[in-house]
Amino acid sequence: MAKRSAPEVNAGSMADIAFLLLIFFLVTTTIETDSGINRKLPPIEDVEDPPIIKQKNIFTVVVNKNNQLLVEEELTGISDLRALAIEFLDNGGGEGEEACDFCQGKRDPKSSDNPEKAIISLKNDRETSYKVYIAVQNELVAAYNDLRDREYMRLFPNEASSFVDANKKFSDPRTLSDEKERLRSKLTEVKLMFPQKLSEAEPSKTN
Amino acid sequence: MSKFKKKKGGELPAISTASLPDIVFMLLFFFMVATVMRDSTLMVKNLLPAADQIQKLDKKDRVMYIYAGEPSSRYTDKYGSQARIQLNDKFATVSEVAAFVLAERASKRQELQNVLTTSLKVDGDTKMGLITDIKQELRKVNALKINYTTRVGDYSQNID
Repeated sequence: MAKRSAPEVNAGSMADIAFLLLIFFLVTTTIETDSGINRKLPPIEDVEDPPIIKQKNIFTVVVNKNNQLLVEEELTGISDLRALAIEFLDNGGGEGEEACDFCQGKRDPKSSDNPEKAIISLKNDRETSYKVYIAVQNELVAAYNDLRDREYMRLFPNEASSFVDANKKFSDPRTLSDEKERLRSKLTEVKLMFPQKLSEAEPSKTN
Repeated sequence: MSKFKKKKGGELPAISTASLPDIVFMLLFFFMVATVMRDSTLMVKNLLPAADQIQKLDKKDRVMYIYAGEPSSRYTDKYGSQARIQLNDKFATVSEVAAFVLAERASKRQELQNVLTTSLKVDGDTKMGLITDIKQELRKVNALKINYTTRVGDYSQNID
């Protein structure tokens, strides 16, 4: 019996397999983009006479040097911050012209008049840790986002998406421009209902 | 007889290498796509804090980066363990931030100069004092759009 040599492997389809893999990786890998919390700093020039704001329209959040959180002068855990902020923003305690017709809060006259008036004041110490500060910022932004989501879904049920998703779509460069135009008006409407009024005090000095 | 003549010896035929270029190109493309260019080497500890209410920082040409944190272990004997700012490839003091922002702004195209965002990549363990100082410097040069760059994650990871 003659010895048979091994038949040559047909390599013609190798290129196809290679391209298949290439396309698979092309599709599945995403280039890592940075993400984070966007903020706008106030301009440095001092306002001559700052407008007088009623105490009940200010929600004070203080983080001390031991990373403890004081919300409206009460020691609170960060896990409760979001709910408290929502309660404050959504209170709608105003009457007459200052009434808020979409708020679903308790309408407590001691808390904020309407979301447009409500200001969250955040104060931190120089010794506060950055990650705790970010956690607090995150929860405050989350409070705004939760409320905006709620109103967006109530006003535009046909969109079948939340405010945050719509905003993401709006800022995505791949979205078509007429789609962007359509989203812009809706997003601005909701943004005006709950404007992000987050003021940061100059830091307190510790000796 | 000629039927049997072909079979000479028992050695294996050479494996075709025709597809080798394809494989190499595939790898090349893969790495081209997946690599993130980092234009400055990190000299500070940089474990970003976690957050989930985040927005993407698209368009790299509109962003300038400010790093801060404790110097990494290679540099601790030279620079100590106090948190410091890193601009480009150098350690910097707070007073140099303004000059850096102006230089970065001047290096961008005219139409982008007003829409620049400053990305603050700060280590989670840094004290807020340093960040407040940076923010104050940024306000002085009117670089008001900032982004606290974070990892994606739940806020509870920040509290230990």
